[in-house]
Amino acid sequence: MPRRLTFLSAWLAVAASMGSPASAYMVYVSNEKDNTVTVVDSTTMEVVRSVDVGQRPRGITISHDGKFIYLCASDDDTIEIIDTATYEIVGSLPSGPDPELFVLSPDGKTLYVANEDDNLVTVIDLESKSVVTEVPVGVEPEGMGISPDGKSLVNTSETTNMAHFIDTGTHEITHNVLVDARPRFAEFKPDNSEVWVSAEIGGTVSVIDNASREVKHKITFEIPGLRAEAIQPVGVRITPDGKKAYVALGPANRVAVVNAETYEVEKYVLVGQRVWQLAFTPDQKTIISTNGVSNDITFIDVATDEAVQSVTVGALPWGVVVSPN
Amino acid sequence: MPRFLIVFISALLAAASLSSAVAQESSPAPADKKAPANHVSEIKLGYLRAYAPQLALSVLDVPPRDEGIAGAKVAIGDNNTTGSFLGQKFTLDVSEVKPNADVVPAFNDMVSRGVLYILADLSATQLLSIADLARDKGVLIFNVGATDDRLREEDCRANIFHTAPTRTMLADGLAQYLVWKQWRRWVLIYGSHEPDRLFADALRRAATRFGGEIVAQKEFTDTGTARRTDTGVVQIQRQMPVFTQDLRDHDVLLVADESEVFGTYVPFRTWIPRPVAGTAGLIPSAWHPASEQWGGTQIQNRFAKANGRRMLSKDMAAWTAARIIGDAATRTQSADPEKLAAFIRADDFSIAAFKGQKLTFRKWNWQLRQPIFLGDGRSVVSTSPQEGFLHQVTELDTLGIDQPETQCELK
Repeated sequence: MPRRLTFLSAWLAVAASMGSPASAYMVYVSNEKDNTVTVVDSTTMEVVRSVDVGQRPRGITISHDGKFIYLCASDDDTIEIIDTATYEIVGSLPSGPDPELFVLSPDGKTLYVANEDDNLVTVIDLESKSVVTEVPVGVEPEGMGISPDGKSLVNTSETTNMAHFIDTGTHEITHNVLVDARPRFAEFKPDNSEVWVSAEIGGTVSVIDNASREVKHKITFEIPGLRAEAIQPVGVRITPDGKKAYVALGPANRVAVVNAETYEVEKYVLVGQRVWQLAFTPDQKTIISTNGVSNDITFIDVATDEAVQSVTVGALPWGVVVSPN
Repeated sequence: MPRFLIVFISALLAAASLSSAVAQESSPAPADKKAPANHVSEIKLGYLRAYAPQLALSVLDVPPRDEGIAGAKVAIGDNNTTGSFLGQKFTLDVSEVKPNADVVPAFNDMVSRGVLYILADLSATQLLSIADLARDKGVLIFNVGATDDRLREEDCRANIFHTAPTRTMLADGLAQYLVWKQWRRWVLIYGSHEPDRLFADALRRAATRFGGEIVAQKEFTDTGTARRTDTGVVQIQRQMPVFTQDLRDHDVLLVADESEVFGTYVPFRTWIPRPVAGTAGLIPSAWHPASEQWGGTQIQNRFAKANGRRMLSKDMAAWTAARIIGDAATRTQSADPEKLAAFIRADDFSIAAFKGQKLTFRKWNWQLRQPIFLGDGRSVVSTSPQEGFLHQVTELDTLGIDQPETQCELK
């Protein structure tokens, strides 16, 4: 909690000093097909540059100080470290085979990686760049979420169809919660109370109570004129006030806006084709979606939930992260 | 065999395997802390197949010795990873008979060993010979091999689930693509054996359904030639153009040769240069060994690592069947076939199988709905249903015989 307060006040200070124009953040998009990361300026919404990276870049995140991008180069079986000042690849992490998605601990010291091919979650210490341990999980681990207090890690396994709760102190699984088919993503609510897990083939988002570790609600989606099979939830993001959630719906080409208190779907925002991952800008004014098949990203205004602009990036954009400053 | 005896035998077997189960628990494998640590429930699957070595026109097409079984084994591994969190253990009991042989004794033996879920890779006749026996013994059958439409139509059974697609589903998947391409004029060459004629019938039906026109057709009679001879290619190069010379002009030449008598010899040897599709050329199938879409890379890697070869359609049908049983056991927390069957038959049942959407059963005949891959032997060209072929329930029902036309009355 104190950390969050610090963060919040720092953020308020920045926001106040900036006045009304949104500050310029850098948006980093991993392009699965052409082995690049596209850098987009969040203010001008224009491509700044394209960075050549390893093969099949997917999961992407950034250090809390904004200095380094961590990128899963899945087909190279490594995690690349990119210096955001020079855009040079300055190092790599021992990820284990086929890293797809990962999550950074709230203290910024540990990276938790899902290894799709080996049914493992690999825990990496960032300072020493070494593997701390590996945790065996279900078949095809993918989604990785960490509680804001850093105590609980959730991994989703796509064929086992479970959310595995891992105690970050002991690195042991404490609970296995069955969810719907092909769980892709896990996102904690900022107050640690819930974990939202999307199920791509099941077509739902399971809301898991973090105290009882039971599914307390299942969110379903319906879009007139669209067959149910096309609604495939993947990326999930919840606003810091815990009131609103965004769910990327894959080939439904839309992002659902969900009331995170009542679980009602309030709106479907049409973006690009096959929308998978989402990221907020640090000022929380904008959320950005990656649209794989249309090779673009869409900026959505969080206040109005309207799509503002789409920007063409590389081939098959997969993941997205925004610089913290 | 009376049910109590089966239960008794399973209990004995369970007791026998207790020591290994105990050994497993002492390993650092993860276990749900909430699950009872000393209780592992075992779910026995059987794989009953008709097998004899088969020849093919190309050695590349000779079916692997473990075709289908290898897929079931990967699914058993996947089920066991999941089962390790919930105290369930899955096993596979494989039994083989000759094609056309009496399969009843092998079936009875399998059931006497406590198997209540059988993946069947048998001919339609063999499958029907055990269907009612299985019903009486409370055994669920998953057809992973037979594509015969009659097993889902006039000869359908309430206790047989079909994860293999039908010939009409395969033919419709192909036809939709050809129509989408606006290649609507077809000629059809079919073999002289029953499976060839059945697939030819499915292609004719598909033409009527989707607006293709079969402008000429011709039987290629099997006169009993050896499939491989040293100088065979010399003759084929001269024979096939002559055989196709009198066919009216067309967009695509369709081949129906499940029996591997001539189909592979058609592409590139026709009188006029035309693409070939059917059992040669562009081939419709339940799976493609090069499919990497929709998370396919993961199952392909897992399969190749375990078996040292690529995954084929029958492997996928078997994987899917064993996963359906595994998912039902996991979600019901049961090994009871009645509970599992009720779960699988429920309205909201679906399974994920790397085909881009959830797969569900047709409730009128227990056929698994699924997209059809179209591949040329190297890569996936397309998957059907194609865009624009609409359906009021699900577009997957544009493939194969649909509910209004079905002759199935489940019993």
